[in-house]
Amino acid sequence: MQLQQQPTEQADALDLMVNMGPQHPSTHGVFRVVIWVDGERIVRAEPHIGYLHRGSEKLCEGELYSQIITLFDRLDYVGNLNCELAFVLAAEKLMGIEVPERAEHIRVILAELNRIASHMLFYGVYGLDVGAMTPVLYGFRERERIQELFESITGARMMHNYFRIGGVKDDLPADFPARMTRLMDQLNRGIAECDELLSQNEMFLARTKGIGAISAEDALDYGITGPALRASGVVEDVRISEPYGIYDRFDFGIPVGTFGDCWDRYYVRVEEMRQSMRIIEQAMAQMEAGPIMATDRRIARPRPPKGEVYVRTESPRGDFAVFLVSDGSDKPYRVKVRAPSFANLQAFQHMLRGAYVADAVVILGSIDIILGEVDR
Amino acid sequence: MTLTQGIYIAIGAAVLLVFLSVMVLALTWLERKALARIQMRMGPMRVGFHGALQPIADAMKLVSKEDILPSWADRRVYWLAPLAVFIPAFLLWVTIPVARDVALANLDLGLFYIVAISVLSVMGLVMAGWSSANKYAMLGGLRAAGQLVSYEIPFIMAILAVAMLAQTLNLRHIVEAQSTFAYVLFLPLSLFLFLTAGLAELGRTPFDIHHAESEVVGGPFVEYSGAHWAVFFLAEYINTFTIAALTALLFLGGWGWPTMPFDGLLHSALSVLWFMVKTYAVILVIFWIRGTYPRLRIDQLMAFGWKLLVPLSFINIVLVGVVMFYGWPLWVLSLLSVITLAITFYIIARSAGTRMERNTVTVYNAASLRR
Repeated sequence: MQLQQQPTEQADALDLMVNMGPQHPSTHGVFRVVIWVDGERIVRAEPHIGYLHRGSEKLCEGELYSQIITLFDRLDYVGNLNCELAFVLAAEKLMGIEVPERAEHIRVILAELNRIASHMLFYGVYGLDVGAMTPVLYGFRERERIQELFESITGARMMHNYFRIGGVKDDLPADFPARMTRLMDQLNRGIAECDELLSQNEMFLARTKGIGAISAEDALDYGITGPALRASGVVEDVRISEPYGIYDRFDFGIPVGTFGDCWDRYYVRVEEMRQSMRIIEQAMAQMEAGPIMATDRRIARPRPPKGEVYVRTESPRGDFAVFLVSDGSDKPYRVKVRAPSFANLQAFQHMLRGAYVADAVVILGSIDIILGEVDR
Repeated sequence: MTLTQGIYIAIGAAVLLVFLSVMVLALTWLERKALARIQMRMGPMRVGFHGALQPIADAMKLVSKEDILPSWADRRVYWLAPLAVFIPAFLLWVTIPVARDVALANLDLGLFYIVAISVLSVMGLVMAGWSSANKYAMLGGLRAAGQLVSYEIPFIMAILAVAMLAQTLNLRHIVEAQSTFAYVLFLPLSLFLFLTAGLAELGRTPFDIHHAESEVVGGPFVEYSGAHWAVFFLAEYINTFTIAALTALLFLGGWGWPTMPFDGLLHSALSVLWFMVKTYAVILVIFWIRGTYPRLRIDQLMAFGWKLLVPLSFINIVLVGVVMFYGWPLWVLSLLSVITLAITFYIIARSAGTRMERNTVTVYNAASLRR
């Protein structure tokens, strides 16, 4: 197993040190990487994180279980609902609460929509990373439609605070099915349009094919998960290998790449959006009227029994897991988040080997990090 | 030089400056609107009718902003750099005719003059990159140097083919030589080379490597603000306009093709209009490319220039030379040119493999993965 291998070439005094970030336009937040360049080639790179550290995990220890959900919203601030989902699943597992069918379906639909929104953001921003300015507007158009729907359901565009331990906050609005039909139609078309716009572009291919490739073994060693891992050819998806909620009921596909290069990582996400649409379609067809909250009284002020639980979920960025320790009180003893972005980012240095300055941006973009989740 | 001559020159220069400034303002507005159209937006809408006065508002904003001088900057070079970029861009227009008699000076070696002057702007970019005392700026400046110098060759070669065919370096005569058939019909390969190399010279998408926002954050201009930045901006847009105008003159027959049946003042006015229509058509193509393409990487740019465009430009010259030497009819040249161009496009398209090979992502079905 290769651990944290330093780049073979050592930086020498003539190399130019460039400080990329935390105020660089394409570091996707406040990420900073110091690179040493020899002409245009990167000799060494040193990532620095921590600019967005808010101590979320520690903060969780001082809050009631019901109050923690809002902190989870702010971890992966592009895939908020997926983060909420991980926490409420962990708490429910610890307390042994059964969630009503309708709530499960609502969760799946919203989580998958959120995944599409997140991938759409990735799509657009990735376009900017490779220097194309149009995709970002197409990506945002689709994302905006989803955000609008979210707003009508949860009351907020981003920090929803909608999932609850034992169900969801409110029932869906009356016009939801009609809106969904329209939205799904629009999204199907939008995804096809986005795919058409960028995926097969000669220059896009030239910029992403074979760049930042990482083999399946290396990817596994680094602990990469999610689309970035699947791009390397590993068939692994928490929704399949360790199904949570009602994911075992749906028929959908797992896109898997071949080379683990930037293009594979990009296209796995585009393909994932289509698969998410399939899940949503099935969930919409299956969903029936019914209660949206568990009738268990304990959820009023959750006090999970003494114990610990580890729950994995598939967030848009990968294996988002929560380790929850309860000492029997109404506040958790410890909350540990296994953030996929953090693990995925570890491989950045590995992928950068022998890359050009311009590649650094493309590679970082293809990992699709969210700093809120990396730093927590 | 007598006093009257001096006055004429001064007036001419002033008129040219006003003309170019107006063109740049129009260009920025057009670019925003064209890009907005591609990107499903409205573009500027607030200032004036459909944002028509937006460029003026922007210009006023830029001029009234503070000029920041980085404390480590090489002061003199830093302030000189915008001029070193702007003056060559401006000087080019001395000899570019807008209509038959509408040019400041109709030089016999016009094309040669243009080629010679257009190289100069590299220096300004390198100066800006160096003097800003900023690493991004320096990377950008060096990128600009490499890029502009290497694309100079296909650029000049493409022009040379036109000069060979027209037997003159005088722009007016070149246009007049196209009065029956525009050179784009004989030299499509040259047009491709000229436009591609021209885009690289301008540093526009897909060759906007030296001021790539996502990589070097604006390149040589990163430290500039206010009026000095505006001068760079002005120069950049004048250059865009220049390339489009040259395309119209050298390949699309300028004002002369197809010939207009009028004469006198009406003819001149229509000539200018006709020339502008062609120029703006080319400009719209440039904006269209900007709206659709990603950016190349520096090594790909160099490879594209040296491995494809340079050999291609030599082939182009040879084709023109052979056809002219044996006195073959010119449609042979068009045929050869089109064939070469088709082969080139085929090579470019095939370099990434077929559509099937490119898609390396397969979808596994969840049902088959569940135990």
